[in-house]
Amino acid sequence: MVGIISYGAYIPRYRIKIEEIARVWGANGTEISRGLGVYEKSLPDMDEDTITISVEAARAAMARRKIDPADIGAVYVGSESHPYAVKPSAVTVGEAIGATPVMTAADYEFACKAGTAAIQTSMGLVKSGMVTYSVAIGADIAQGEPGDALEYTAAAGGAAMIIGNDDPIAEISHTCSYTTDTPDFWRRENKPYPRHGGRFTGEPAYFKHVIGASKMMLEKMGTKPSDYTYAVFHQPNGKFPVQAASMLGFSMEQIKPGLAVTYLGNTYSGASMVGLSAVLDVAKPGERIFMTSYGSGAGSDSFDITVTDVIDSDLFSRDAAPKVSELLADKKLVDYAVYAKHKGKVVMME
Amino acid sequence: MREVAVIGVGCTKFGEKWETSFRNLFVQAGALALEDANISGEQIDEIFVGNMSAGRFVEQEHIGALIADYAGLATDNIPATRVEAACASGGLSFKQAYTAVASGMSDIVVAAGVEKMTDVGTEVTTDVLAAAADREWEGIAGVTFPGLYAMIATDYMNRFGLTREQLAQVAVKNHENGVMNPNAQFRKAITLDTVINSTLVADPLRLFDCSPVTDGAAAVILAPLDRAREFTDTPIKVLGVGQASSTLALHDRKDICTLDATVAAGNRAFQMAKVERKDIGFVEVHDCFTIAEICAIEDLGFCKKGEAGRLTEEGQTAIGGKIPINPSGGLKACGHPVGATGIKQVYETVKQLRGDAKGRQIDTEIGMTHNVGGTGATVVCHIFGRA
Amino acid sequence: MSVARFWRKQQNRYNLIGTHCTTCGRYFYPPRAFCPDCRREGKIVEFQAKGTGKVVTYTIIRSSSGNFKLLTPYVLAIIELDEGSRLTTHLICEIDQVYIGMPVKRVFRKLGEEGSSGAIFYGTKFVPA
Repeated sequence: MVGIISYGAYIPRYRIKIEEIARVWGANGTEISRGLGVYEKSLPDMDEDTITISVEAARAAMARRKIDPADIGAVYVGSESHPYAVKPSAVTVGEAIGATPVMTAADYEFACKAGTAAIQTSMGLVKSGMVTYSVAIGADIAQGEPGDALEYTAAAGGAAMIIGNDDPIAEISHTCSYTTDTPDFWRRENKPYPRHGGRFTGEPAYFKHVIGASKMMLEKMGTKPSDYTYAVFHQPNGKFPVQAASMLGFSMEQIKPGLAVTYLGNTYSGASMVGLSAVLDVAKPGERIFMTSYGSGAGSDSFDITVTDVIDSDLFSRDAAPKVSELLADKKLVDYAVYAKHKGKVVMME
Repeated sequence: MREVAVIGVGCTKFGEKWETSFRNLFVQAGALALEDANISGEQIDEIFVGNMSAGRFVEQEHIGALIADYAGLATDNIPATRVEAACASGGLSFKQAYTAVASGMSDIVVAAGVEKMTDVGTEVTTDVLAAAADREWEGIAGVTFPGLYAMIATDYMNRFGLTREQLAQVAVKNHENGVMNPNAQFRKAITLDTVINSTLVADPLRLFDCSPVTDGAAAVILAPLDRAREFTDTPIKVLGVGQASSTLALHDRKDICTLDATVAAGNRAFQMAKVERKDIGFVEVHDCFTIAEICAIEDLGFCKKGEAGRLTEEGQTAIGGKIPINPSGGLKACGHPVGATGIKQVYETVKQLRGDAKGRQIDTEIGMTHNVGGTGATVVCHIFGRA
Repeated sequence: MSVARFWRKQQNRYNLIGTHCTTCGRYFYPPRAFCPDCRREGKIVEFQAKGTGKVVTYTIIRSSSGNFKLLTPYVLAIIELDEGSRLTTHLICEIDQVYIGMPVKRVFRKLGEEGSSGAIFYGTKFVPA
């Protein structure tokens, strides 16, 4: 059955406190942190970007399992912050893991769900027998407009899922999606920062699609929330996923292991995938994972995943790459000035 | 091979020469050399000019032709050659000129060096100089020249216990000498404190450990020894010549703080000159950074590895000491117009051996020059003596 | 650096692909097409370095230019790979953290770019292991 052959995550070391951002804009940091359920967010080093993050995540996945790069037939990178508007991040990743030249590749964009869309494509290629392995990556160094609400949470990070048929560590029993044309959040070509619809991003956007896709999945699989050990929802802040879980009937215990946002922020295309990585870091054979991503614009991809014995077998080495908790713990705090320098928010001469 | 002597020398003042163009720097130096040799242009058979990077500093290549033209010698269709070996361009230009005369190909040959560095901003300068290192594998890693020599210093200090004060003394001593050199860029004495408290450039090297950016030119004239007295009463003979190469990148050296090209070039010069280290009255070494002088003293064989710091501290490398180093003030105080430095070293050596180095005179018959390209990928040494 | 010149050594920089002289056994990263010891007698093949090594010497660059201008102060180091060859690299760590002998491992980072509209150059740097 098609499933996850290996996985890996990467989070840059730098962090800024939400309180520090609030300080600069004269807002109440304590209130904002509490309201968002986010206390720190990550930012990239001066020489990191979506491509370097994607490569590190992909290499982490390769480190955990003996995979012949020649068997990788496809690489897809989903992001809102591809370094090039034209020249895919996927080819650099492919070259950096030794998969080139016999492979297909492309970059994806669908706001925060570009990575899970890549997982779905990978599943199709693998299930049809077109490729042996396909790598799906979601990674971002998200842009937040200075002084805007999203600046508190737009973060940097990503994860890679290698999809295949043979001895997966977790089988993907089913995937389904709920997609509409909804203008809740967008970024025009050549503009540096996205815009969003404020409160419109809640009920008609995030919740409609997350609940829509999740209900479809539960109905299709004939399952109840209690049938799952873990639930991962897209995490733009610490509140939405908790609310979605509650609305569907999932508990805090189920969502906590996959809730990385509290000290990470929203890694956009990386968000759900990093959450899934955090779950895979601790999951045991037989445990079932429910995941629903969300991307503005808008759409949700739902997945029903069951962990296999392979995760604890000799074929797989979870400790060969850093866990999400370890990546979160390895951190260096900076102030807003250094944050602005790293994020290119300081106006430079050409 | 004929014996060769230097019959005339000329050197411009070194410094930031806003009013003087690249070509006029050379013309000035050339004119001074011709006057010193009491020779006129038509008597010159050939010109060699050392220049590292006119292409990027003043967007000009084809330097041999340019120099011949502006020296007024193109009308005689003089053969003119530009020689490049990064910061050893001057020394190498002298060796080429020596070879032309020694072989009998030419009789009266000019060896010059010129560099105009200040027409571009410091960022461009840093990048231009980085081309003396390995662009492909050092440049792309974020090296700067001070950074490369700083890595040599870190390695040296870790293995031989060189102190910050000993290293600083190199700069203090060279500035002291520069006070007495009318052509030097810096003619003010400095203290150990000034050096030790100056801004960090690349740890452990600070601003005052580094030679500056400079404009300047120098020219010397060579002739076969058996004709030298037609032009001068004080011909200075070339006793020994040594040139050597080593790996371009510092990371490929067998021993990071030994410039093996210096060892080889020095030995070759000594072998040809048939003199010993103890016969040398002074050495003009390539102190692009203070640590470079420390290594040079040792790699040329004047003391054991690890000893040069103590030697400097004890004043043995000062003008009154056992082995005076850089009586001219070195690159540190004179300045370092890259292509010109090697010829300036010859200029100083000739002045010293003629007894014409007022205020910094050393009483000796034999002197030596040591010119390095990059972090030691090219080294050219010459030994001179009174004829 | 021009795109062609960078691209030519791209695989080497991304994946630490160097060369190995099977005649004398020496490993070269950066790669050499010609063994300096064996020269024409040397049989050269490709090899991929493991990506681990140790610091041989270092400095802290306080003033730089081009793509490294905004990274100061940064550690520049010569490291020796486990396979024996040495290379120069930006070592990403706190400036007071580095020491001679420190174990290091590879990471994938941006090396620079040709301005905001130019190509972006990627490659290998090192961090403490």
